[in-house]
Amino acid sequence: MCLAVPGQVLAIAGDDPLTRSARVAFGGIVKQVALAFAPEACVGDYVLVHAGVAIAVLDAEEAARTLACLATLEEEAE
Amino acid sequence: MKYVDEYRDPVAARRLAGAIRALVTRPWTIMEICGGQTHSLLRHGIDQMLPEGVTLLHGPGCPVCVTAAEVIDQAIALAATPGVILCSFGDMLRVPGETGSLLAAKARGADVRMVYSPLDAVALARAQPEREVVFLAVGFETTAPASAMAVLAAADAGLRNFSLLVAHVLVPPAIAALLAAPDNRVQGFLAAGHVCTVMGYDEYEPIARRFGVPIVVTGFEPVDLLQGILACLRQLEARRAEVENAYGRSVRLGGNAPAQAALRQVFAVVPRVWRGMGEIPASGLDLAPAYARFDARARFPSAVAAPASVGPCISGEILRGRSRPTACPAFGTGCTPARPLGATMVSSEGACAAYYRYRRAAA
Ligand code: SF4
Repeated sequence: MCLAVPGQVLAIAGDDPLTRSARVAFGGIVKQVALAFAPEACVGDYVLVHAGVAIAVLDAEEAARTLACLATLEEEAE
Repeated sequence: MKYVDEYRDPVAARRLAGAIRALVTRPWTIMEICGGQTHSLLRHGIDQMLPEGVTLLHGPGCPVCVTAAEVIDQAIALAATPGVILCSFGDMLRVPGETGSLLAAKARGADVRMVYSPLDAVALARAQPEREVVFLAVGFETTAPASAMAVLAAADAGLRNFSLLVAHVLVPPAIAALLAAPDNRVQGFLAAGHVCTVMGYDEYEPIARRFGVPIVVTGFEPVDLLQGILACLRQLEARRAEVENAYGRSVRLGGNAPAQAALRQVFAVVPRVWRGMGEIPASGLDLAPAYARFDARARFPSAVAAPASVGPCISGEILRGRSRPTACPAFGTGCTPARPLGATMVSSEGACAAYYRYRRAAA
């Protein structure tokens, strides 16, 4: 039930902190997502969405670091 | 899709499994708390990639499963109240309480609706001011912020016809309860990545220290899960017991500050009964006094006080051994296996169905 899905912010509407929302693309599907808990999200960012609410902006640098760790592990294993 | 595909790479997964095999020198037992992770582990066969001796135990991390039958019965009673629209997530509608499920209540004519977000329930309340919209709010810390946002939005819009039946649960007290049990076998935990996205992971430090277990914040894709398992096993092999984050792209130490602020504003921490685990202190959220006007239990006290007596169905009494199917006024007339009014007539193993099949003549 804690399923949360990453999607890319296409457009942001509103400036009220509570009702600010975004159009977010999940693959081919576009949904309206509440942005109150991801105020820093910008167009182009990837957000993690649960029950219609963005709960995080995904951190591209951290993601790259994780994958880089994985690459060193692969070399060790080879 | 970005942030999904690269974490499903089978080559990376196999190499991580290789690293795990090379590392492990003895049997270890790890628990993943979250039901979403359990699902993903089995779906991708990760349990079968681990060396023999590494055991994954599955935790109580399915909010639908741990919601007490009493809460579902309260929701069913509310759904049967004239004028009420009862909304919840799809999974919740199928779970039986003692008086059946919400879907069964819907089949009997109650207005029960599946929503994708609590905000959809607020929109419904706004669109139908003549109806009372009740949202059955279940879920862990991942979901509670969406419920909090719904309450804040309803307050902001001045809605008087929106309320919540709150059954939110909190993960850390459940982990502590599991570890404190005398027959506990769990040596390390994978903490639920999306719960920690909201709450951060500093609240796990005292648990790791007190019980001497490593706790690794872990994501949901195969590569994430294997990385979490590898990190946990590295700590176990090195006799370390620390809190570690293996889901950095989503989880920060302090979590999501605006979501936590909304939780603190709208909810208060309360004791909660978990189905199968009993009451755990400080393991639930309920509406804070300032938002008590959104509490469905306070708004419809008679409905939630006597859930078993709604309609003619007495299956709650029958399940407790206090009554017999033949004592029910609807038995064999208003209620039959083809048109059941209660769970005990739905299931072929239910007492009412058995009486209908074998004892109707005598009744
Ligand atoms: S006969 Fe039907 S209505 Fe009566 S208690 Fe059994 S299930 Fe409920």
